[in-house]
Amino acid sequence: MEKFRQHTGQVAPLRRSNVDTDQIIPAVYLKRVTRTGFEDGLFAAWRSQEPDFVLNRPEYAGASILVAGSDFGIGSSREHAVWALLDYGFRVVICPRYGDIFRGNSLKAGLLTVVLDQPVVESLWQYAEDDPAAEVTVDLDARTILAGDLRIAFDLDDYARWRLMEGLDDISVTQRHEHDITAFEAARPQWLPRTA
Amino acid sequence: MGMTLAEKVWDSHLVRRCEGEPDLIYVDLHLVHEVTSPQAFDGLRLAGRPVRRPDLTVATEDHNVPTENIDQPIADEVSRIQVETLRRNCAEFGVRLYPMGDRDQGIVHVIGPQLGLTQPGMTVVCGDSHTSTHGAFGALALGIGTSEVEHVLATQTLLLRPFRTMSVTVTGTLQPGVTAKDIILAVIAKIGTGGGQGYVIEYRGPAVDALSMEARMTVCNMSIEAGARAGMIAPDDTTFSFLKGRQHAPEDWDAAVRYWQTLRTDDDAVFDAEVVLDANELTPFVTWGTNPGQGSTLDATVPDPASFPDAADRASAEQALAYMNLQPGTRLRDIAVDTVFLGSCTNGRIEDLRAAAAVLQGRRVDASVRMLVVPGSMRVKEQAEAEGLNQIFLDAGAEWRSAGCSMCLGMNPDQLAVGERSASTSNRNFEGRQGKGGRTHLVSPLVAAATAVRGTLSAPADLED
Repeated sequence: MEKFRQHTGQVAPLRRSNVDTDQIIPAVYLKRVTRTGFEDGLFAAWRSQEPDFVLNRPEYAGASILVAGSDFGIGSSREHAVWALLDYGFRVVICPRYGDIFRGNSLKAGLLTVVLDQPVVESLWQYAEDDPAAEVTVDLDARTILAGDLRIAFDLDDYARWRLMEGLDDISVTQRHEHDITAFEAARPQWLPRTA
Repeated sequence: MGMTLAEKVWDSHLVRRCEGEPDLIYVDLHLVHEVTSPQAFDGLRLAGRPVRRPDLTVATEDHNVPTENIDQPIADEVSRIQVETLRRNCAEFGVRLYPMGDRDQGIVHVIGPQLGLTQPGMTVVCGDSHTSTHGAFGALALGIGTSEVEHVLATQTLLLRPFRTMSVTVTGTLQPGVTAKDIILAVIAKIGTGGGQGYVIEYRGPAVDALSMEARMTVCNMSIEAGARAGMIAPDDTTFSFLKGRQHAPEDWDAAVRYWQTLRTDDDAVFDAEVVLDANELTPFVTWGTNPGQGSTLDATVPDPASFPDAADRASAEQALAYMNLQPGTRLRDIAVDTVFLGSCTNGRIEDLRAAAAVLQGRRVDASVRMLVVPGSMRVKEQAEAEGLNQIFLDAGAEWRSAGCSMCLGMNPDQLAVGERSASTSNRNFEGRQGKGGRTHLVSPLVAAATAVRGTLSAPADLED
């Protein structure tokens, strides 16, 4: 996973709430067995059917920070939703509340998902609509977002932040606790089911 | 202070706890399917890692598989490659697979309980959000993403932050014609699609105690639709009777039951949030919008978006009605559908088929409606055929198919066309979920069957007029 410390880019304002992962990437794009190349599936229905959809507007073509309404990423557990956002060029998503599984997937795959209150999200929408070319800086080290005169602090737990900043692979971290896992396994009840 | 059921299961699976880090939680059962696993197996291969516990891992083919002509190769090349990739991965890593055509193949959340692999007090994970289904047995069952699938394959553990706990108490008694599906749709409408966010829900109360295992699975299945990480129901005699004699039921049955009986929320335990619902007041529930929280009783009309006090809810309702092509004030019973889908991990079990068949017996599916009946597993199909249910469906003019996820998410050929409208016993009415441009109303199996007969959203009682 790529390290994430600080990112500066344009904002795409997505004024919608309850954006489920079926909207982020429809199921038909999940048939692939690769880990990359999902950008064509990102918001496929809205991009193909709504000429005014934010990602169809040339002034937001280079955006790398998505600011969405509440409950972004609810529904299906498909990590493809995170991969599609990354493959399309997004590095950060900002919204008031996420679907739990999507949030977990994003932080594991290197997409920074920031939680900000609805009024702050609305001020970022306004900022990006007043001047689509304006840039925003997301500083994970300082847990701060800079947008023009706005300076916004955000929370992210130390562990998730450390993993993102170091670009760490969870599995190698967990494997350091091999003896704990083995000890746990030795104490499991014998009657628990085995599939084989 | 006492502990909740969820906290008990969590604590008994704690491998490692360290201040400032997530807990390391052991996984008793890992269910795998073709869609969310290929990249995880690739990751293992790249790093030269084996599957740590193939004996706690099981795979099946469900999301992509066609439900007709299953003795033929899959016609869609991309789907076929994904299924073949799962077969290769399972062979290479030593994972037990129930492939298309196998007697035990079916939707991953139907076959786990059916094989007796899902048991009380276990931790169960799968790269699928409806893993919450298994919570019906008093298991802590979590849907996970592909990075976590790889983590579990490699280490048999997950890194997790403790969840908050919520109780949903359902008092009273369900009236005839009202089902587990109506309970969960009413819960979601009440707390919203984000209301359960960060919580594990425990369903309890007399109306939950009275439910069969199949019905409990329906309730727990849609916990994710309320935003919850999991749903659970404490195991009881209903649970034990369901498990007794199944293929993977414990050999040391008495020891297992003694442990299972301790898996209850202590009387002095405190939940972080509590919701109460009265079953006596519930009536058949349907959705009118494009998320599972946008529902109301069948007796109602399509709401006016202007009636929502919250601006985001108002905008969401406006967008939903535009997509669904519905006008405020329209009676829900006047909405005509062209497709009825009976199946899925929510309502594709034998009881669901029995309930729908009882409504359809001696009746005909309306000429304007195509009805698909897709059993949740090949065992469910076998059982239904032994009981003659298939003949009731066929005589009524419905299609009788083989097992799979099918039109719940339209990854196989069973899809809605642009503008088509369904009454569906599945779990999601998201835009395009059942096919690009398709429109979905979520319903119970009873409402699905009555709707198929009348051609408009209906309850069985409407057929007696």
